[in-house]
Amino acid sequence: MIELKNVSMIFNQGTVNENQAISTINLKVNEGDFVTVIGSNGAGKSTLFNLIAGTITPTVGSIHLNDRNITRDPEYKRAQYIGRIFQNPLLGTASNMSLEDNMMITYRKGFKWLKRSLNHKMREFFRSELVQLRMGLEDRMKENLALFSGGQRQALTLLMMVLSRPDLILLDEHTAALDPKNAAIVLELTNKFIQEYKLTAMMITHNMSHAIEYGNRLLMMDKGEIIFEAAGEEKKALTVEKLIDKFHQIRHKSFENDRTLLSEE
Amino acid sequence: MIEGIFVEGLIYGIMVLGVFISFRVLDFPDLTVDGSFPLGAALMAQCLLSGVNGWLALLIAFAGGIIAGFVTSLIHNHLKVPNLLAGILTMTMLYSVNIRVLGNRANVPLLNQETILTQVTDRLTGIVPDEYILLVFFAVVALVIKLLLDVFFRTDLGMTIGAMGNNEQMVISQGVNPKTLKSIGLGLSNGLVALSGAFAAQYLGFADVGLGQGIIISGLASVMIGEFLIMKSNRIGVLTFCAVLGSICFYAVMYVGRYYGYLVNMTPNDLNLIKGILIIVLLIMTQSRKLKKFAVKAVVKK
Repeated sequence: MIELKNVSMIFNQGTVNENQAISTINLKVNEGDFVTVIGSNGAGKSTLFNLIAGTITPTVGSIHLNDRNITRDPEYKRAQYIGRIFQNPLLGTASNMSLEDNMMITYRKGFKWLKRSLNHKMREFFRSELVQLRMGLEDRMKENLALFSGGQRQALTLLMMVLSRPDLILLDEHTAALDPKNAAIVLELTNKFIQEYKLTAMMITHNMSHAIEYGNRLLMMDKGEIIFEAAGEEKKALTVEKLIDKFHQIRHKSFENDRTLLSEE
Repeated sequence: MIEGIFVEGLIYGIMVLGVFISFRVLDFPDLTVDGSFPLGAALMAQCLLSGVNGWLALLIAFAGGIIAGFVTSLIHNHLKVPNLLAGILTMTMLYSVNIRVLGNRANVPLLNQETILTQVTDRLTGIVPDEYILLVFFAVVALVIKLLLDVFFRTDLGMTIGAMGNNEQMVISQGVNPKTLKSIGLGLSNGLVALSGAFAAQYLGFADVGLGQGIIISGLASVMIGEFLIMKSNRIGVLTFCAVLGSICFYAVMYVGRYYGYLVNMTPNDLNLIKGILIIVLLIMTQSRKLKKFAVKAVVKK
C-alpha cells in the first residue's frame, strides 16, 4: 500500500525561518489498515498528510503507493487514488451548486468529458446512496449546498469519497469543526464505511479516546517524528492515561498546556 | 430606433456571456477581453476584405479568441502570474497583434463590403419587416449561443468547470488538473468575446483597435445588472439568460446616454464615467440588499 521511505520535510531551507516539520519518517501502511494519528499542535500531523496527498513534495526521501514511486506526482494525480477530507467542511463540496450536481462531479475521479451523465438512473442511484446517511438529504437533491449544515456537507463528502473507492483515505481532523452531535454522527459513518468497504484509512484526531477506540493502529507524533506506535492487541489495551504516561517516558516532559490533546470526550 | 437598442444589446450579449464565464463561473477576473474583442473584429474585417466566406471568418475569429484565452491561462498557470496581470499582459500584446491583423492600420472600414449581415438582410427581405431583420437575426444568434452554453455547463466537464470557480480544492480532490479547466474556460470565454467582436465589426461597419477599450467594464456591468434584476438561481439557464438580459439593459442605458445625453450637457466622452458609476451604484445596491436580508433573518430568529 503506501510507504514513506526516509521522508524529511524542511520548510524555508537555508533561511533564518528554517523549520524541520518532518524528520526522517519511515512508515508503511498496509492494505485494510485504519491508522489513527495523534500529537500536539505543530507535531507534523498535517504536514505528513500533505506529503502523502502531494500538496507538498518532501525535501528528502520518497513516497510509494502500491510499489510505484509517486514522490513527484502532483496532488491532482494522486487524488485519483487518495481521497482526503479536510477539517473545513466547505472544502469538499461546491456551495453554489445543487446536491445532485455535486454528487455528479465527485462520483467519478479523473478528467470528465462532454458527456451528460446526470440522468434519471443516476439520480435514483444517488438517492439510494444518500439514504445511508439518514439525514433526509435524499429529498433535497435540487437544493444548493450552501443551505446545508457543516455536518451534512461533511457526511456527504465522506459518502462521495467512499463511492469513488480510493486506495487510501486521509481524514484530517474531519470532525473537529462540527458540533458534538454531528461530529459523533460523522465519525460513526466514517467507521461504518471503512469497515463495510474495507478501506485503508489514516485519521488525524485531537481526541485520544477516539484514537484508541477506532482503527487497528495508532501513531503518536511529536516534533516531526513518530515517537510511539501501537497495533493490534497492544493498541486495544491502551487507555488515555497509558498514552500520556508513554509520552512522558519518551519525551520526559508533560503535554503542558495542550488541553485539546488531553480531552477525553 | 428601439430595435437598435436591442440589436446592440444582443451583439454585446455574446461578449457578456464570455465575461460571465470568466468572472462568475471561473472566478477569474480576465482582462484579456479588452484585447480579444477587437481581435475578433480585426480578424473578421481582414477575412472579409480578402474574400473569405463570412461564416468561415466567424469561425476564425472564434478560434483567435480561444488562442488569446489560452495565452492568458498559460501565463497564469505556468509562470504563476496573478490572474489580473496575466490578462493585462495578453491584452497589451494583443494591441500590437490587432494592428498587425488590420494590416498596420488602426481602423479598417467595411462599409461597402458584403458581410454576413448583408447576406442575411438579402435573404430575409420580404419575410420580415426591414427594420426588424437584424433584430430577429441577432436574437436567434444570441439564443443559440446561450442554449449551447447551457448544454455545455450541464455536461460532466461543464459542471466540473462550474465547481472550480467555487471550490478549487474540490476539483483537485477529484483528480482533475485545475489548470486544464482554467484553459478550457478562458478559451471558451475569449472565443465568445471575439465572436461578439466579429459581429460588432459588421454591424458598425468598421474594425478598430480601440473597439475593446473598456469592454470588460461594460461586460461586468451587464452581468451585474442581470444578476440584480433576477433573483439568485443555481440553474445555468437562468444565469445565462440574466447575462443577456443585463447586456440589453446596459446597452439601452448607454444608447440613451449617447443620443439624449446632450440634454443634460453630457458628451459621449462621459460614458466611461457613467459606466463606472453604474457599477459602483450596483455594488452598493446589492450590498444593501444583502444586509436587508440579513436583518430580516436576525429578526426572525429572535
